[in-house]
Amino acid sequence: MYLPDFDYYAPDSLAETCEALERFGAKAKVLSGGTDIIAKMKSGLLSPGVLISLKKLEDLKKIDYVSGKGVVIGALSTHNDLVNSKILNDKYLSVSEAAHNMASNQIRNIGTVGGNLCNAVPSADLPPILIALGATIKLVGTKGERVMLLEDLFTGPMKTVIAENEILTEIVIPDQLSTGSNYIKFGLRRSGALAVVGIAVAVTVNGGTITEAKIAIGAAAPTPIRAREAEKFLQGKTISDDLLAEAGVIASGESKPISDIRGSAEYRRDLIRVLTRRALHKAINEGHV
Amino acid sequence: MSQVITDKHGIQHYMITINVNGDDYTRVVKANTLLVNVLRDELDLTGTKKGCELGDCGSCTILLENKPVDSCMILAIEADGKKITTIEGIAESSELDKVQEAFINNGAIQCGYCTPGMIISAKALLTRNPHPNEKEVREAIAGNLCRCTGFVNIVKAVLKVSEETNDKEVISNE
Repeated sequence: MYLPDFDYYAPDSLAETCEALERFGAKAKVLSGGTDIIAKMKSGLLSPGVLISLKKLEDLKKIDYVSGKGVVIGALSTHNDLVNSKILNDKYLSVSEAAHNMASNQIRNIGTVGGNLCNAVPSADLPPILIALGATIKLVGTKGERVMLLEDLFTGPMKTVIAENEILTEIVIPDQLSTGSNYIKFGLRRSGALAVVGIAVAVTVNGGTITEAKIAIGAAAPTPIRAREAEKFLQGKTISDDLLAEAGVIASGESKPISDIRGSAEYRRDLIRVLTRRALHKAINEGHV
Repeated sequence: MSQVITDKHGIQHYMITINVNGDDYTRVVKANTLLVNVLRDELDLTGTKKGCELGDCGSCTILLENKPVDSCMILAIEADGKKITTIEGIAESSELDKVQEAFINNGAIQCGYCTPGMIISAKALLTRNPHPNEKEVREAIAGNLCRCTGFVNIVKAVLKVSEETNDKEVISNE
């Protein structure tokens, strides 16, 4: 399989990258890890005239903890960078684990977090857990930068609010009160499978009471969604098995999954019911795992 | 940026240098040239195989900066200046590497097409973790598909290497 011809640029700086994107407009695509775009180009689904490579933007390849801000993940960090990051392992193992359960080792060594988010595939594994943890993203363009909640990035399957001249540079998991988080992916195989559904939760527990809960679900709607009714239901309640089971029922009712090759809408709704309960249980009892 | 030459059709060509199995190679590639094709067609290192060519099967696995990656999913120009190890460079001397020996001795090779990628993934695991358990072995080769379905002996071979590696040796290799 061969790729169509295209022009290639690897700008030295973020500013030059944005300028190049503006100059080439719709015919340009950003090349990060490339595991998605190259597959699409090989399959004839995309044929950009220009690829703008981010490989020289070394600053975007780091994962740091910034005091008062949170964990800052450079958009060019690979999935295995998340798996192996000591900072994430210590603070949010649930994020490392979500990255660990994706694709294969070979792909995790190439594919980047930024790429995973910007592709905006509804079944992507990183958006739910990052949304549940309240992550923000930074978009940088020729006219400046903007910071927003990750959950506001997505507008539809493979569609985002990112302008042609913008790139995603960093993801921040803010310092928080939450006491536990967890992501459960249901795939048809243990490795190399897309999520049939993916459920992420983050909970704040105080003396047997849930003071706050966030539930984010992947592959349940055209974009990753929050199960806000279930979140509201849990707030201020005393933890019990029945409570968590009821939250699962509510979350299931809020989802709008489709039927496709990996599972029917009905099957997905039932998975959401069960997995929401399990993810809550784990986050409450085991912390950020 | 590497040197760019634009031909009469307006197609850009780039001069890149990659270090493969310890030697530097400078080649002129197009932007759309894939790393696997440079290795196979330009450097005649045909041990690296092409299977699905979409990053699923792992038969094109190489080490890029010591990490296993699918060479069919990487533009050659993106690897400019980087260090690559292919199956041809896995053995440090004229003797086979221990992983290669173990594959032979444990019947871990059937048709052989997945073997180079499988050995690269196994080698990367054992370098990082000389004594993996079965789960870790299976996870490390999860991105390498054997369509003869001979996974049992492959796992056995990798575990055998671990068994025969004494920790003294591991420390001296570091």
